[in-house]
Amino acid sequence: MPEACIHQEYAVSGNNFASAGSASEEVKSTLKKLGVASSDIRRVAIAMYEGEINMVIHAGGGRAIVDIYLDRAEIVLEDHGKGIENVELAMTPGWSTAPEDIRALGFGAGMGLPNMKKYTDEFVIESEVGVGTTVRMTIRFGG
Amino acid sequence: MKIGKIASEINGKIVCSGDMADEEITSVCAFDMMSDVLAYVRDQNALITGLVNPQVVRTAVMVDIVCIVFVCGKKPTEDMIKLAENYHIVFVTTDLDTYETAGRLYAAGLKGGC
Repeated sequence: MPEACIHQEYAVSGNNFASAGSASEEVKSTLKKLGVASSDIRRVAIAMYEGEINMVIHAGGGRAIVDIYLDRAEIVLEDHGKGIENVELAMTPGWSTAPEDIRALGFGAGMGLPNMKKYTDEFVIESEVGVGTTVRMTIRFGG
Repeated sequence: MKIGKIASEINGKIVCSGDMADEEITSVCAFDMMSDVLAYVRDQNALITGLVNPQVVRTAVMVDIVCIVFVCGKKPTEDMIKLAENYHIVFVTTDLDTYETAGRLYAAGLKGGC
């Protein structure tokens, strides 16, 4: 297994919607510098950005841990928010608990989790009500 | 179609990153939900929208959109302009609505990408 080229950790602020996505932007720029194919970069960027937005909307922020290897990117998104009661239901396209003010900002269409699954090669979500949610995603380059 | 030509087709005005006005746009999409941009955009490199907040710019960055057209006379904020210039994203503003904007660009030869 190839060694990790780059390990990055980000604190995702929960009270600043305007800054949501800044960690994803940094990861995107790192992948570009490493010469990763643009189609792979886009998959990483979208999956991580959706996750960041989710943490800001639903969990009051969290932590993003990114490991970039020669052949893949692994992303772990951890939060200590209210958790997801029914993960299967939350994975249904169009299903959302986002409040009206978030929809007015252009999010909360219920496509976040399905999108993250769609753009990644491995997607695991663990959630406990009152404890928090952890999402693990792997994007294989050229996959 | 160059961004400068897009602006003139819709009686629009380029309000930032004007040095990128010669950039070629190959296809366009129109969405107000950024969730939908992330879910449905393929290779479109311009977005028509009526939504005005910084996440419009961040969403564009994620999917390599280089031109955002704001309809209905809506004006992007200074924060958004600063963010867009950082990523060389061009803002065009127009008084036309979404339907008229998309219709004129389609008629001028710019297609959607879905």
